[in-house]
Amino acid sequence: MTDVLPLQAAAQTRKKIFVARHALVTRVTHWVNAICIFGLLMSGLNIFMAHPALYWGQSGSDRDPAAFEIGATSSDADTPHGFIRFGDKRFETTGVLGAVRDADGDWHERAFPYWATLPGPRDLGLARRWHFFFAWLFVCNLAAYYLFGLTSGHLRRDLLPNGAQLRPKALLRDIVHHFKLQFPQGEAARHYNPLQKIAYLGLIGIVLPLVALTGMTMSPGMDAIFPWLVDLFGGRQSARTLHFIAANLIVLFIVVHLLMVVLAGPINEIRSMITGKLKILPEETP
Amino acid sequence: MSPILLPRRKFLGLGAIGLGAAALAVSGRLADVPSFEELIGDAQYLTYGAQRLLGRNALAREFSAKDISPDFKVNGTHRPDTPEYEALLAENFAGWRLAVDGLVVNRLSLSLADLRALPQRAQITRHDCVEGWSAIGQWQGAPLAEILKRAVPLPAARFVVFHCADFYERADDGTGQYYESIDLVDAFHPQTILAHSLNGAPLSVGHGAPARLRVERQLGYKQAKYVMRIELVERLDGFGRGKGGFWPDRGYEWYAGI
Repeated sequence: MTDVLPLQAAAQTRKKIFVARHALVTRVTHWVNAICIFGLLMSGLNIFMAHPALYWGQSGSDRDPAAFEIGATSSDADTPHGFIRFGDKRFETTGVLGAVRDADGDWHERAFPYWATLPGPRDLGLARRWHFFFAWLFVCNLAAYYLFGLTSGHLRRDLLPNGAQLRPKALLRDIVHHFKLQFPQGEAARHYNPLQKIAYLGLIGIVLPLVALTGMTMSPGMDAIFPWLVDLFGGRQSARTLHFIAANLIVLFIVVHLLMVVLAGPINEIRSMITGKLKILPEETP
Repeated sequence: MSPILLPRRKFLGLGAIGLGAAALAVSGRLADVPSFEELIGDAQYLTYGAQRLLGRNALAREFSAKDISPDFKVNGTHRPDTPEYEALLAENFAGWRLAVDGLVVNRLSLSLADLRALPQRAQITRHDCVEGWSAIGQWQGAPLAEILKRAVPLPAARFVVFHCADFYERADDGTGQYYESIDLVDAFHPQTILAHSLNGAPLSVGHGAPARLRVERQLGYKQAKYVMRIELVERLDGFGRGKGGFWPDRGYEWYAGI
């Protein structure tokens, strides 16, 4: 069985066919999720600007030691210097983080540039409204997906790697295929490869629930209702830090995900997530 | 009509609105839709409804003395800049009287000594600022329920409004006085107190002397400082800009349990 067909040879002899690849629920929840994540990430950065420092434990504010901080020093008259700090390590980030230039060219001591935040350059009240609106939609959408994924067998059948796929040899071969940018065009494209399964399950099963639960732990009302949330994450400020880390993992996932879509054939891949049909090369000529 | 008066209808309608809003977001026409911000803001009624449904009487966590923050940050007004407040401060609040009125059977006028003579409650709780930081401190005062029991709210009363001595942002027309409001669920919650002490000492001016509200399941801006008058009302649209609080009038959620 060939996982990866030589492109050129196959294309000349056989006709490509469309096969059913993504269920309707998968497609709808994918795009609703994409909109929510986009809104949540950008409004989240806006909210973070109000206090761009992270702590570990139950509490933390200005005079407590921060594990991470975005800041600015304005010793010079004209241009402030932006920096990020992890513990004792400081890195200059002028122009990107801490001290940024607006579209009109003016410098501002602000954690993030204007293009990275929604709904505007800096508005905590409005950004919170956006964030919680998309948070509700995100959680309902995720719940709908879980319900579908568990009842239809989608999660078990399509995303859970089987024993053979998790063997080091199989994983290594898949890693090599990814590095050589060899993506399956034939029958194998009907299914996810091991690295895809791990990435998707990691996101759906770990990172997305983590971001939702740590978000809830920041709510004083939810902490009263579910005190175990505070214990689970070791305090509200720890939960806030984990929320930020989870958001960064989502950004990392999106970067790799989009890169893979582009490399694997963006038109075919994006179309398959809209119409559900993926164009593949059949294994044998009919 | 104040949106705060219609939580249930909003609560139900929001699900349907959600998908429409998502479609609008995709089409990139956000700026053209005048009600988009209002729509997005309505998610607070979903949060309010959900939190009331899941844990109407849930208690905020109480911590131990070792968890108390060494430096409890002062935020918002640091010192009210009115002559009236300065005069009260000059005589160490001997002349301060807390008015309790509005939709009540008995109007009250309480001195600081009266407040201290009421049944007391001390609690070590976490204060969460809307900006993202938290600080832990021990608050002591009289449960608001004890004060309200003496005033006896009329059946029409639905909200408790706290009028404060400070102008956080004084406008030319004289508005900008700080105020806040809560519903009766929070008002009668056992951890809702009118605090006169922080960490065993009388409140400093920065922390709201002589008395401030502690409503422990909500964010910092609900913890009204320099409380001068407690008014029971049926609706909130007659105060400030109609949203039930200084910060709610400026785009923040009235229900700040999130």
